[in-house]
Amino acid sequence: MKKRHLEERIFQVLMMISFLLLAGSLGFILLTILIKGLPALNWAMISQTPKGGYYLGKEGGILNAILGSLTLATTGTLLALIISLPMALFLETYLRRSPWAEVARLCLDVLWGIPSIVYGAFGFTIMLALGLRASLLGGVLTLALLEIPLMTRAMDEVVRMMPHEVEQAALALGSTRLETALKVTARQMLPGIITAVLLAFGRGIGDAASVLFTAGYTDRLPTSFLRPVASLPLAVFFQLGMPFPEVQQRAYASALILTVIVLAVSLISRWLSHRFSRHTVR
Amino acid sequence: MRVETSLSSARASLQRRRVLDNLAKSLSRLLTLLPLTLFLVMLVVLAFRALPILRSATLGELLGRRVWLPSQGRFGFLPFILSTLWVTAAGVVLAAPPCVLTAIYLVEYARPGFRNAIKPLLDILAAIPSVVYGVWGVVAIVPIVQMLGRQSNQWWGFIPLFRSSNPTGYSILAGAIVLAVMIAPFIVSVAYEVLESVPGGSREASLAVGATQWQTVRHAVLPQARAGIFAGVVLGASRALGETMAVLMVVGNVPQIPRSLFDAAYPLPALIANNYGEMLSIPLYDAALMMAALILLLMVLAFNVLSTLILRHAIRRNEL
Repeated sequence: MKKRHLEERIFQVLMMISFLLLAGSLGFILLTILIKGLPALNWAMISQTPKGGYYLGKEGGILNAILGSLTLATTGTLLALIISLPMALFLETYLRRSPWAEVARLCLDVLWGIPSIVYGAFGFTIMLALGLRASLLGGVLTLALLEIPLMTRAMDEVVRMMPHEVEQAALALGSTRLETALKVTARQMLPGIITAVLLAFGRGIGDAASVLFTAGYTDRLPTSFLRPVASLPLAVFFQLGMPFPEVQQRAYASALILTVIVLAVSLISRWLSHRFSRHTVR
Repeated sequence: MRVETSLSSARASLQRRRVLDNLAKSLSRLLTLLPLTLFLVMLVVLAFRALPILRSATLGELLGRRVWLPSQGRFGFLPFILSTLWVTAAGVVLAAPPCVLTAIYLVEYARPGFRNAIKPLLDILAAIPSVVYGVWGVVAIVPIVQMLGRQSNQWWGFIPLFRSSNPTGYSILAGAIVLAVMIAPFIVSVAYEVLESVPGGSREASLAVGATQWQTVRHAVLPQARAGIFAGVVLGASRALGETMAVLMVVGNVPQIPRSLFDAAYPLPALIANNYGEMLSIPLYDAALMMAALILLLMVLAFNVLSTLILRHAIRRNEL
């Protein structure tokens, strides 16, 4: 009798420890970034591009990387959305659980799991073959490829969880499957679409390995699709690699900026999906 | 007369709607071919670009050799493959027990309100960019590991796994700790989903005959969830295999065969990321890096397919 209650206590304590470990790690990370990044953060960091000698500790900021990352992630996410939305919608409307659809889902899962560095190497190879140099275009295309599986699967999961009575009602009234998909399913999916898009955006803006070879790096603001573009993760990485403490401080500040952007995106997504889910039929 | 025209126009419109519907259907078939095509193209392109190095040496030599001297044309992938496996295994061993226990706690013990409050926490952990994990690793974890290494040498130095000959702290253990936190949200959320899919009846039956909560978990819930939880851990491992920036920043990047947790290592993704700049100036170097990408892709693929198949099987069985 006693032994099993002791066992119960032990495992409850272990579970509590595990949970605290996990939550504590998150706190530890955010605190580290905040404490290290905040002192080095100033207005010049986010309003200026690197001036001469910036990487030796002289004046300037990382506006090039902030704008570069936003451009890269926004364009890449839009491109991914153009492919993902019809794919998720049609996957559910026409194919459902057919073997064809299951193969497509398995492929998407596999693609989702492929490391971003492999996407980077692949993108770079394709660009070499086409004679493209590291550029915004290359970065955007690679990011879109990286985001498509994540976005499609996220939307697909939402559609599969949805109640189908409303669609059945639409079909019963004589609308075709296409009309049902576009006018009923898509509207029902809206919160899911928003979540999926922002999830993909967050992954895109934080990913360094895929843009390392495909987008390059530059001190200028992004102007042309065919020029290299800077990105925040690489700004963090390069600045941290410099041997000067002032520049490393800026790496911490850049990491803080990146974290704040990603957390903001995560919060906005939560808020928007909550807001829009009022209009869906459950 | 009017009835007839409106009827024929209705018929025309129906015709048009049907055509559109069929068009969309064919388009969707085409679109869903895209993932498979992309995957195959990726595989073929990488293999094609790795061909020159496969011609220069046999596969066995490439995978089994320890020497990595690109300037002399000697490419041995063994240190990198072993480094990848070491870091991944250590990360998974660190992450799996607390993650599974957390998932059990959330599903079996926690109140619904608390459970819902935890979801954002996992989302945030999953959303933090890997380069930020890397900064955290460099700033916080590497010094801790450095200290641990010194201590470990004193107390556990006789066990090879814990012997430290690397005073810097940039090591497998540092990489594994960072990885463990990075893959935690994946393992927890898969384990959570699997545990939740276990039918409530088996819990009630167990509790009804007087079992404690933990006995219920252990004897009624876990046996049904085991395969799925295992799949979640494998999925976490496949994420860890390909993680680039965070690991690259803390793992030391020395091409050697690791012997201890405190040794530096050089995983495949780090190899690719670090050397892309200079690869075009040395013959066969680019082929070698593509080979590295291919090996990585195949390793991840094996883990991934395994976990996906187990998971589908496990969840479907519980849903029935």
